[in-house]
Amino acid sequence: MKITRNEYSDMVKKASPNSPLAINCLWAFVVGGGICVLGELLYGFYRNMNFINSDARLMSSITLVGLSAFFTGLGWYGRLAKKAGAGTLVPITGFANAVVSPAMEFRSEGLITGVGAKMFIIAGPVIVYGVLASVVYGVVLYFILPNMR
Amino acid sequence: MRVIDLKKPVAITAWSCVGGKKEKEGPLAAGFDMLSSDDYFGQQSWEKAETAMQKYSLRSLIEKRKLNARDIDIALGGDLCNQITSTGFAYRDYMIPFGGMYGACSTMSLTMATAACLVSGGVVNNAVVGASSHFCTAERQFRTPLDYGGKRTPTAQWTVTGAANVFLEREGKGPFITKVCFGRIVDLGITDANNMGAAMAPAAVATLTEYFIHSGKRPREYDAVYTGDLGLVGSRLLKQMMEKEGFPLENHIDCGMVIFDNEKQNVPAGASGCGCSGCVLAADILPRMAAGHLKKILFMATGALLSTTTTMQKESIPSVAHLVEIVADKEDL
Repeated sequence: MKITRNEYSDMVKKASPNSPLAINCLWAFVVGGGICVLGELLYGFYRNMNFINSDARLMSSITLVGLSAFFTGLGWYGRLAKKAGAGTLVPITGFANAVVSPAMEFRSEGLITGVGAKMFIIAGPVIVYGVLASVVYGVVLYFILPNMR
Repeated sequence: MRVIDLKKPVAITAWSCVGGKKEKEGPLAAGFDMLSSDDYFGQQSWEKAETAMQKYSLRSLIEKRKLNARDIDIALGGDLCNQITSTGFAYRDYMIPFGGMYGACSTMSLTMATAACLVSGGVVNNAVVGASSHFCTAERQFRTPLDYGGKRTPTAQWTVTGAANVFLEREGKGPFITKVCFGRIVDLGITDANNMGAAMAPAAVATLTEYFIHSGKRPREYDAVYTGDLGLVGSRLLKQMMEKEGFPLENHIDCGMVIFDNEKQNVPAGASGCGCSGCVLAADILPRMAAGHLKKILFMATGALLSTTTTMQKESIPSVAHLVEIVADKEDL
């Protein structure tokens, strides 16, 4: 072969099409923003039903998670995500999708070794490092805001 | 690596292939023996579906050639599932001596080349070879669950849902396998598992170059040089590199670029999988050779020999390409 690894790496970069950044960003903005608007509408709805502020927030999150799980089951969430990318990944609905999709997928391996063991295969790292990050945040807050002690 | 000139050309006397829903909507649909709109093929899991697909293909082959399974001397085959279970499980109902082979997406030409040597050498009288892949078994093993909301990168190829078989015999009216060339492992440091074409292209170049140097043949002597599943990116790279090696390819066709209508079926980077080259061979190439539209071709499937573990350990992707020369008539030998 008359080619080195470095030369080949450059050739591959040139030959590989790039992601259409502008279109991807637009999709992510519109769909992600749409999900957030839906969250706001749900929040308003629950406030109107006389839930207290913190409960209304919680209820709208739970509703979004429920909707995401439902639409993942129908196969619609994945189809939307193929276009929306980060727009469906970042909101709480993306997290629900990351738990429900492996749970569905690994049903064929049984309820314990399949669904139970594989359910957090994607969301697991998010939970682990999310909890870890919040611990670090708590410790920092403890020191920089003395009046919280 | 060297070119093995088969003293006695091996006849390809029957072929068959089975595909799924996307293949049914593709341009080569007419060449398939069976196409299912249900990618489950009536089964309970994707793995069972892939096994079922292989069995349909095998049954079709046996019926076409009016064979009795007992008369088959050896079967060589493989797929992409861990421990190549789709293939092993497909043969458990048959009394055929079986050897599983793993060559990733190079499996079709790997099994063909091996079986051709066995048949030509007189070790066996006939052999059935085959390969399969299933989009859903591959996705769940190598990537993410099917309903997970992820975006495919523009270089990611689409795994073909298909199984193909070819029957090789000492005597027959052809087409004939006349030369084979087993590839060596080549790795130019690609680590992106979503850019398989780029990982495999150097292996294709290595095998083709060796073949042209040692056989004395030139690319223009062939009606077409088929590669397995380099896709859009890999095909571009192959052309550029072959030019540098001094063997420009003008008649190159990549199976991964013809099995789907890339634009209409939304697979911009093309197709991949063991079933890709196998199905294009059985649905398109061999029928056209039998009809006299193609006289002489090279068929070379390429495989990326990675696993999910090696990808997670940040290893680069070693690849391999095996080649067979197929001619339509004995007069062209």
